[in-house]
Amino acid sequence: MGLTSKDLLTIQDLSVEEISLVLDTADSMKEISTRDIKKVPTLRGKTVINLFYEPSTRTRTSFEIAGKRLSADVVNISTSASSVVKGETLKDTGKNLQAMSPDLVVIRHPVAGAPKILADNLSASIINAGDGAHEHPTQALLDIFTIREKKGSLQGLEVAIIGDITHSRVARSDIYALSKMGARVRVFGPHTMIPVFIERMGVTVCHTLEESIKDVDVIIMLRIQLERQGDFLFPTLREYSRFFGLDLEKLKKARSDVLIMHPGPINRGVELSPEIADSPYTLILDQVTNGVAVRMALLYLLIGK
Amino acid sequence: MLVIVNGRVIDPAQGVDGFFDLTIDQGKIMKMTPSAGDMSGKGLDKRNASGNFTVFDASGKLVVPGLIDMHTHLREPGHEYKETIKSGCEAAAAGGFTSIACMANTNPVNDNQSVTEYILRKAKHEGCVNVFPIGAITKGLNGEVLTEMGDLRGAGAIALSDDGKSVKNNELMRRAMEYTQSFHLPIISHCEDPDLAKNGVMNEGYVSTCLGLKGIPHTAEEVMLARDVMLSELTGCPLHIAHVSTAGSVRIIRDAKSRGVRLTAETAPHYFTLTDEAVRGFDTNTKVNPPLRTEEDVQAIKEGLKDGTIDVIATDHAPHSLLEKDVEFDYAAFGIIGLETALPLSLMLYFEGVLSLADLIAKFTVNPARIFNLKKGSLLPGMDADVTIIDLENTWTVDVNKFKSKSRNSPFHGRNVRGEVVATFVGGKMVP
Repeated sequence: MGLTSKDLLTIQDLSVEEISLVLDTADSMKEISTRDIKKVPTLRGKTVINLFYEPSTRTRTSFEIAGKRLSADVVNISTSASSVVKGETLKDTGKNLQAMSPDLVVIRHPVAGAPKILADNLSASIINAGDGAHEHPTQALLDIFTIREKKGSLQGLEVAIIGDITHSRVARSDIYALSKMGARVRVFGPHTMIPVFIERMGVTVCHTLEESIKDVDVIIMLRIQLERQGDFLFPTLREYSRFFGLDLEKLKKARSDVLIMHPGPINRGVELSPEIADSPYTLILDQVTNGVAVRMALLYLLIGK
Repeated sequence: MLVIVNGRVIDPAQGVDGFFDLTIDQGKIMKMTPSAGDMSGKGLDKRNASGNFTVFDASGKLVVPGLIDMHTHLREPGHEYKETIKSGCEAAAAGGFTSIACMANTNPVNDNQSVTEYILRKAKHEGCVNVFPIGAITKGLNGEVLTEMGDLRGAGAIALSDDGKSVKNNELMRRAMEYTQSFHLPIISHCEDPDLAKNGVMNEGYVSTCLGLKGIPHTAEEVMLARDVMLSELTGCPLHIAHVSTAGSVRIIRDAKSRGVRLTAETAPHYFTLTDEAVRGFDTNTKVNPPLRTEEDVQAIKEGLKDGTIDVIATDHAPHSLLEKDVEFDYAAFGIIGLETALPLSLMLYFEGVLSLADLIAKFTVNPARIFNLKKGSLLPGMDADVTIIDLENTWTVDVNKFKSKSRNSPFHGRNVRGEVVATFVGGKMVP
């Protein structure tokens, strides 16, 4: 069994069996990164292009390392150095890349739906590494991989996602992935950051931080984009952190074994107090480590056979 | 002389629905007489023995006043690669429209008499249907300074609109509504609060939440509509509301009309045919302003059409090329072309039992003619012989590649529809 689509554009497109396959494959990939010689020949002769239209450190590096550990040739394109600044359309850029016969293109783009344009026009596999506020499927897969690693299973877990849900592609992909795997999701944030009808996705909307973290197994904190202050979404960072951020005092209301996650990069002192960011509760760096394994698994499953 | 024989003539302006022969001469309707049923020529342009008149056999067809589109965007001057006056007129004729009113958002904007004159001159030489220019309310559509409305009227503009955006300044809109009354030009309002709609690309609702696209709340339309209703009450200015898309707007208009406000309203076929569910898949041909709304809104629009709250069906024909549409969703231009699909999509309202044929035809003919004070939209003797012949039974598949329009931005490509325009006569001549 493999993945049914040539592309990974959304979590919604994946079946429970496919998600389990990715997680199981990542389990076996993770060991490679612990070896003295961190490289296997699996994707030798394959070409992977990272096409990033937004700044990224973690995700781009993670894909690059994942590709290289599997011996793929990895090429990075960032917008500042590309013909995008000359006004080439995404479709034309995609077709030009296709003419160089890559096996897989990883795209990050500020506009929801942009990876679909590549998927529809290229024969290469496409992985969505984040499109606008739509989806970030590989982040969700590494998130549930990390939770499964700690808890054994996702089934029946309670997970809180806290912060700017409206503008978060991570929130959407996490909600779909967690729900598919049997976890229950609640969301919390200022009302300006809770999108309309989110409850139709099967989540519970909480109205206080305390309510949102009570008895949960996992808390996923989202990054606040500082430029959102200009959109009247919240008055000051000070007030945001006071009512919507997490610190050790507020965390006393949660279970003692609660796990705290964050897709990064964190704003220390805004959504997470520095003490929490460095506490043993947090899995932030485990997420980064697992990101490489999950992306190795995806590269292998999409172009390894 | 042309005689259109044996058709079922529906002329809501006269309350006519029956089998009549229509005699046309010198570009005018001469008379309408009960069909004898025995003159049937077969096919087009068949001459009788004496050869002095042409018979068009409309057996089994509907014969209606030429359709009027109150809301078209011809892209000339300025964006001729999307549509010209010539191609837009051909698209109109293909869709059964004999008269179209074109919005002012050309480049340069139709905010002065020379642009109005240019459009009319081009239309006279290159256009196969009647073109009625709509002038801008404010210079450059900038919402800052009134246009020279008297000059626009003198040059041939029939209404005023800053369509594409609202006149945001309340005082300026009030004064426009007062000043235009010296020239009897109705104002057409595009109701959209620019702050509430800022950066939005689709309806704000469950689908926008799923897709992560910035939503435009229905309230963006309704707050501006409520303001415009109030200003119309204050000034006594007749106001026509463009492209009504929400249930709340239908309620506001219904309420205002019941209080006697001089208000009329239009909607477009996509607002009673599609919902925001069509945006899933990120097809930029579903990106339109106002955006496709929800099922509840669609039902309310149909109800508004049925009870007369909404007077007119217009196309909001908005041509865009692949340059504007074959791009990421956020970057794509708003707009759907509609001239060649409006009638069959609207006929669904008849087939579904929402509207009678007479009510449906009225929303394309006599109603827009009255709002614009046009001597059009009826088959009364003496009127211009603008006539549309419709085959109600023919089913066909929309194919954008067969459109006369220069643009292809329709979300209805591949859709099966029922009812087809078989002939369009403008001033007694078959077009295109």
